[in-house]
Amino acid sequence: MSTQISPETRPREEWTGQVGFILSAIGSAVGLGNIWRFPGVAYENGGGAFLVPYLIALITAGIPILYLDYAIGHRFRGSAPLALRRISRWFETLGWYQVAICFAIAVYYTAVIAWALSFFWYSFGLRWGDDTTTFFLVDYLQVADVGGADPWFTLDFVPAVLIPLVLVWVMTIVVLSAGVARGVQRVNILFMPLLLVAFGVLVVRSLTLPGATDGLNALFTPNWEALRSADVWIAAYGQIFFSLSIAFGIMITYASYRRRRGNLTSPGLVVAFANSGFELFAGIGVFAALGFLAGQQGVAFGELEGITGPILSFVTFPALVSQMPAGPLFGALFFGSLVMAGFTSLVSILQVVSAAFQEKLSISRRKAALAIGGLASVVSVLGFSTTTGLIALDTLDNWANNVGIVSAAVVMCVLVIWVARRGQELRFHLNSVSTVQVGGWWTFCVGVLAPVVLGWMLVSRIRTLLVEGYEGYATWYLGVVGWGAIAAFVVFAVLLTLAPWRAPVDAYEPWPRYDKLHAPRRGEKGGAA
Amino acid sequence: MNPSAIVLMVLSLLLVWGGLGVSIAMLMARPERSEWPDGWTDDEADG
Repeated sequence: MSTQISPETRPREEWTGQVGFILSAIGSAVGLGNIWRFPGVAYENGGGAFLVPYLIALITAGIPILYLDYAIGHRFRGSAPLALRRISRWFETLGWYQVAICFAIAVYYTAVIAWALSFFWYSFGLRWGDDTTTFFLVDYLQVADVGGADPWFTLDFVPAVLIPLVLVWVMTIVVLSAGVARGVQRVNILFMPLLLVAFGVLVVRSLTLPGATDGLNALFTPNWEALRSADVWIAAYGQIFFSLSIAFGIMITYASYRRRRGNLTSPGLVVAFANSGFELFAGIGVFAALGFLAGQQGVAFGELEGITGPILSFVTFPALVSQMPAGPLFGALFFGSLVMAGFTSLVSILQVVSAAFQEKLSISRRKAALAIGGLASVVSVLGFSTTTGLIALDTLDNWANNVGIVSAAVVMCVLVIWVARRGQELRFHLNSVSTVQVGGWWTFCVGVLAPVVLGWMLVSRIRTLLVEGYEGYATWYLGVVGWGAIAAFVVFAVLLTLAPWRAPVDAYEPWPRYDKLHAPRRGEKGGAA
Repeated sequence: MNPSAIVLMVLSLLLVWGGLGVSIAMLMARPERSEWPDGWTDDEADG
């Protein structure tokens, strides 16, 4: 006979302490984008001058939205759907929209970690040879020609991708099944210091390579004129926003596992600056190494191709490693770092999905991990371990991030601050449990500045996608995989909101009590003072 | 490296890693509050 324990009576899982919470939040924020996105974005948007909009974006959008996530999750003690429902019943839909985004990201993000795992293995024998582009696209991924008449979707599995992909999924399910303290936290406590050491060795070695200063010159020489361009500022806000794992449920979920009397704002500052610190550190290492590569190839730095994204990691970096003294060791350090950075982020993404279903269906974490991990792994294998996996990954990644996450952020800020008018209550919550106090500037940032900047980003990106398409892919394909995914997120969110909760969750009293909640509304008489 | 790149690199490191250092120092100096609002103790089971 099984006994069903409701979320109301089951003690909530908790981080074992401040360090566990902070390392796990850093592990979530520090991901593949810190290594392969930041340096290229900085280089293309003013070099050293990019630091100005970047730091302004960190302080006016990154940290404020991080605090908003923390406040919602910590005060309303739930995964994104439950915490948002406890603010207002229909906000649950936004929570499920965030869960859907996380599910979609997880299914392709795992594939990238699988690639990194393969390349970690290949590093020891420098298996990619001299032509790293051909090795990655043809020999390894076996990309099908998607030039129009050829297939856009196949079920031709690529064993070299499939095997590590299955391995990553098994590891993920094991970690999620073990729970917050014994699974997620342990992985982060192990991987975060290891990542820092591995990447630290790589950065120090890169800085000692001939030509390293050319790369650093390229990264840091300021182009002040660039600051007049709105696109540069949008790029800075985008970098901070995508890098910090904010506004798609992760930090809401993680904060909900923080003990009630746990400090929020000081750990938040540590997380935000650690994320940016790692990003800068990675930028220095990557660009120093690219400077060396340019020298080896006898070209100017500006003529180098593939200095950002997956091509940087899986084409340019292998070429670089081949030319480095002790290349296999540094290849293994680089791809090992990618695996660790990616895995800790992946676990956080799937914890959002797992926590949401544990609460909605009143199921154990093990059952949730098996069911969600099982379903996601099937989708992941079918979609991304085949010869058409790369194009699907590229398309889904673009829509999930640039349309999905950004829209979730704008809607969350508007709903919570303007519709439910909970800004003051959430600021009161942050200040009641934290050592660093948050001023009225925070409400302005999350209520006005962030939604305006992100809203602008969203509108301009949607317009570009509608007018220009994406990467020359067929319109119908973008409609199905890109826009279709967004539509599927919305439908999923509405359906899950309509589905009943297995156990009552609405009889919930937030702590600390916020008196303004009980104040009489305009026109009403009486009520609590 | 050219002088402006050196200045920007040092400045970036000072601001970002300095910000991290200050945040950690603040957290170590005062990891938690000493007083909280009424109505909750850490001994209570959390739902």
